[in-house]
Amino acid sequence: PGDTSVLAGLYGPAEAKLSKELPDRAALEVLLRPKVGLPGVLERSREQLLRQTCEAVVLGVLHPRTAISLVLQVLSDAGSLLSCCLNAACMALLDAGLPLAALFCGVTCALQPDGTILLDPTARQEQEARAILTFAIASSDRKVLMATTKGSCSVEEMQQCLAAAQRAASTVFQFYRDSVRRRYSKS
Amino acid sequence: GTAAEALVGQVVLPGDLLLLPAHYDEDAEGERLRLSAGTAPQGRLLCGPGLRRSGAGLLVTKCGLLRHRPAGGGAYWVDSQQKRYVPVKGDHVIGIVTAKAGDVFRLDVGGSEPASLSYLAFEGATKRNRPNVQVGDLIYGQFVVANKDMEPEMVCIDSSGKSSGMGIIGQDGFLFKVSLGLIRKLLAPKCEIIQELSQLYPFELVLGMNGRIWVKAKTVQQTLIIVNILEACEYMTAEQRKQALAKLSGT
Repeated sequence: PGDTSVLAGLYGPAEAKLSKELPDRAALEVLLRPKVGLPGVLERSREQLLRQTCEAVVLGVLHPRTAISLVLQVLSDAGSLLSCCLNAACMALLDAGLPLAALFCGVTCALQPDGTILLDPTARQEQEARAILTFAIASSDRKVLMATTKGSCSVEEMQQCLAAAQRAASTVFQFYRDSVRRRYSKS
Repeated sequence: GTAAEALVGQVVLPGDLLLLPAHYDEDAEGERLRLSAGTAPQGRLLCGPGLRRSGAGLLVTKCGLLRHRPAGGGAYWVDSQQKRYVPVKGDHVIGIVTAKAGDVFRLDVGGSEPASLSYLAFEGATKRNRPNVQVGDLIYGQFVVANKDMEPEMVCIDSSGKSSGMGIIGQDGFLFKVSLGLIRKLLAPKCEIIQELSQLYPFELVLGMNGRIWVKAKTVQQTLIIVNILEACEYMTAEQRKQALAKLSGT
């Protein structure tokens, strides 16, 4: 916690290529660049997860036939990378002034072999865990936007992790609120 | 949700639901009975940028400070910081001519699409008397058509046919981009920044709502000084700005 960092840049709504433009909504594209090496299959699957989460909150119908590009660059990875990317994506959307229906945040839970739940695991804890669950939780009624699991766990354990993640989400939303407050207090 | 009046002047985030006072609901239901409504405030509530109607209240869609204007039925909007411009009907903007296609010029206004400007939309332009516009010229005009479904269209005359300051911007000068919030601050009546700068050097200034500013002063050096001050105004407080200007007028 604290050592994973991701830089996010958002461009848009900009002109879309004819092949990519959608007639009734904005076309959202996410690019995830790892710290070393070229993007591979893991980055592609994470890009799709991020894209589907963002599409659920961005009001794309206000900007038809445009393209919104979100570029994420991993600066350092010390565990819980996907939820760090989710939080960076949400802050980028917020900062750019794109119309959003709600905010979202990412929380990672690690299920250890003895059954205890760890939130925001480090890389070491992720390797030792039996299962790692990442949830994207919306600010309206703490609804789940995205859930992805690596490893195996029972349904009850998943419910427990989800409840813990929903409680932790409030801390992240309060952080968003404080950051925005600090930004607008300067002007 | 929380009551809208309680949050005026405070930071709101997307997803916050604002509840309106009950008399606005009566207005909505009593539209058929408008002639007999006496005590409810007249006029409809205006839902400005950053807000969307949702059920009985307003849903916040952008982060920023919530503002309220009680006049004319009341209006709520969110004051947000943004750099990307989205064309709005009636906005005065600075556009750069990128192409001439038959009778129409294509202008880059900083939005997602180029805007179109007909050659007849200038004061005193007829089919024989065409305006002298080249690719790369700067044009100050306003939007007559600007919605999400159509290509934006601009004109350089107002509704009575007069140009009122719009048209081709002259030679020389310097064009640069700032955030939309700074432009709104500069366009407020009796803006301190512009008054202080005018005491420094005389200069010509055109402000476009798309974040573009064009400045021209007597010499290139004076122009660049004014450009640097305007760009820095975004992050400086009033005292820092006064100190910087005092240093410049002293030297």
